[in-house]
Amino acid sequence: MHPAPSVIIFTVLSGLGFGMLAFLGIGVLDVQGVAAFMPFAIAFTFAVSGLIASTFHLGNPQRALRAFSQWKTSWLSREAWLSAATLAVMGLYAINVIFRESTIAPLGWLGAALAVATVFSTAMIYAQLKTVPRWNHWLTPVYMLTLSLAGGAILAQQTAAALLLLVCASVAQLLHWIFGDRRFAQQGSNIGSATGLGKLGKVRLFEPPHTGTNYLLKEMVHVVGRKHAQKLRVIAFVSMILLPIAIVATWPGSLAGTVFAAGFFVLGTFASRWLFFAEAEHVVGLYYGKHDR
Amino acid sequence: MTELPATTQRKLGLVIDLDTCVGCHACVVACKGWNTENYGAPLSDVDAYGADPVGSFLNRVHSYEIAPTGGGCSQTVHFPKSCLHCDTAPCVTVCPTGASYKRSEDGIVLVDESACIGCGLCAWACPYGTRELDQVAGVMKKCTLCVDRIYNENLEEVDRVPACVRTCPAGARHFGDLGDPDSDVSKLVAERGGFDLMPEQGTAPTNKYLPPRPKDRLTAQPVDISSLTPVAEEPKGFLGWLDKALEAL
Repeated sequence: MHPAPSVIIFTVLSGLGFGMLAFLGIGVLDVQGVAAFMPFAIAFTFAVSGLIASTFHLGNPQRALRAFSQWKTSWLSREAWLSAATLAVMGLYAINVIFRESTIAPLGWLGAALAVATVFSTAMIYAQLKTVPRWNHWLTPVYMLTLSLAGGAILAQQTAAALLLLVCASVAQLLHWIFGDRRFAQQGSNIGSATGLGKLGKVRLFEPPHTGTNYLLKEMVHVVGRKHAQKLRVIAFVSMILLPIAIVATWPGSLAGTVFAAGFFVLGTFASRWLFFAEAEHVVGLYYGKHDR
Repeated sequence: MTELPATTQRKLGLVIDLDTCVGCHACVVACKGWNTENYGAPLSDVDAYGADPVGSFLNRVHSYEIAPTGGGCSQTVHFPKSCLHCDTAPCVTVCPTGASYKRSEDGIVLVDESACIGCGLCAWACPYGTRELDQVAGVMKKCTLCVDRIYNENLEEVDRVPACVRTCPAGARHFGDLGDPDSDVSKLVAERGGFDLMPEQGTAPTNKYLPPRPKDRLTAQPVDISSLTPVAEEPKGFLGWLDKALEAL
């Protein structure tokens, strides 16, 4: 799949923002009033900037409000509702904490639950696609949820939670890579089933439909950069998991430690998410003679 | 709405005969022509006369080569591919806006372009690569089964079929109701062993493909050609005299 910057920025930043909102919602802040402004501002900035980035990959963003209409069947529509509901509920919660110095705990817990549900719905947009075997697995929501909450815990300076969640995220990430690598073959589609000609013999592409490229090839048969995948996996894992664990464990609760841990975490997550798209193989590639092993 | 209809009254679709298709791409051109001039945004081309042209098509013809399992000559198969108007169309349910829908009256899968935000998720959900985001209009384009021809009373009755079917010079494309077991297309599918593409994806496509027939093989004994050996190398009689006379000249 084409690793579009808008979608990578969206899933990484909004994942981080909603993960942090979940921690703020369950009441981990021990301050109220103006002192609570910065944590909420940081969480909302990440969540909202991610959502804004997501509109850049739309062909007609002026109609984006229509995306709220099909929540019965569409995970993308559910995500629109859940993200809007999270921002509204947590906005109300934040206003009370900052300006009225009152913590409405049930509202916060509701907001936290909605934030987690938002990240889950984002993950399900990818996990539901049978056409992309690497994503079509229960590990995809686990991978995105653990990373989102781990990032949120780092930013909310929850040392114990951050360490635990980073370990969980490392397991989810490793399993997602290991199982993901076998998933295409496991799922069973090949050029023989794609063309229906497999029962007659060994099928190979003789001629593509055109000499140039097309939308399908650019969007879904992305092959650039896969040769560096192993190196990028190491870089992603070190930056996203190992360095933040080391920094958080060494300087728990310090501002500089939090900034560095979060910085490395975001960089690593960008690399991991780039691979999430770039390494994902869509079955349509089979018609173009790709992915057949 | 992006909920799929539980049943459709009819299942209009195509039957494509891979034995007959000669790979001329006439269906591709007819489709591009009709669908650029009629329903919805035109099928745009970008850099059409430049070094790197790219454009939207609703129908494309691939060509494959089959090396038979039992050995023997390879077989070339031309393989047109357009929307299969699936019964459980994954492209419909993922749509967040309701722009993508399946009609309950005839099973045609369509895009309401005025509601499409161009997110591309339906194209990701389609295993067959039959939806393309138009790079100029920013809306999703797909085969409409020429919905603006098949019911169009301003056209001659013979023209009320999809443009690709009407134009196919080999008669490799058939249009009809695949929900009616007595229709010509259903009979053709039953007779020729029509099949689905990627059945493991669970999409239950309406369009069917007819397999290429096996290639003919020589079974007769080689003909005895011993009777063709020359009976005389040197000419005799009148021809012999003529030969000598002409050489002497």
